[in-house]
Amino acid sequence: MGNPMKIRAAVKDGVTEVKILMQHEMETGMRKDADGALVPAWFITDVKAQYQGRTVLEAQFGQSISKNPYLVFRFQGGAAGEKLTVSWVDNKGDKRSDEATITA
Amino acid sequence: MNINMDRRKVLKAGGSAGLLALFASVGLISPALAEGDRKAFFAKSMDEALSLMGVIVPENSDAIKLTVPEIAENGAVVPVSVVSTLPRVEQISIFVDKNPNVLAANFFMPGGTESMITTRVKMGQTANVIALVKADGKFYRASREVKVTAGGCGG
Repeated sequence: MGNPMKIRAAVKDGVTEVKILMQHEMETGMRKDADGALVPAWFITDVKAQYQGRTVLEAQFGQSISKNPYLVFRFQGGAAGEKLTVSWVDNKGDKRSDEATITA
Repeated sequence: MNINMDRRKVLKAGGSAGLLALFASVGLISPALAEGDRKAFFAKSMDEALSLMGVIVPENSDAIKLTVPEIAENGAVVPVSVVSTLPRVEQISIFVDKNPNVLAANFFMPGGTESMITTRVKMGQTANVIALVKADGKFYRASREVKVTAGGCGG
């Protein structure tokens, strides 16, 4: 299931700014452990943010995105008290979805 | 043949195409994105990545503001911010030209989403960070060098 994301969504002057901190190892598949064995690739591949059933951002990640991926984006609209949902899937098929409430 | 067995086989096969198709079928990601292939994520050079993405030669554009540190003491966490004033931006992609896989991320902006993104990337060594912006069907780019004093991809 993965660990919960931290999501902050704040609306100002009709634009909602969304900050997302995902918790994920984002292993490149090129790193070696203490015994010299390759650590298998394990990273988020797809992210989607939805507001009132409409997609406001879609992303594809490669292995170069840092551990515990961080994103900031903005969309027009949004009102305090409304919900926003962010979901991700990783290359092992694990997935996670979290909801945030937009603040003023 | 039992349906559950088929499901297991699909999961076990674990090919990214199969997994993407599976996620698309359960509505977790849109079919458009699932069909949009990930081939460019395996590209080892900028030329290869751009050709896999169907980009000819992107124009350099002053309408893309790419913010990165001049020097990154920790290559594992390099902040990257892209803001574009080009009209009708549909996509922003971020590359690190000396990483083993050059494409770091694709971001797709539907109408109503502003043409900006902030994220953090890993850099194995001093390299150029490149922002590719698709606006009104055309590709534009901006590039900046980041000096890395400790790489972020080693073990």
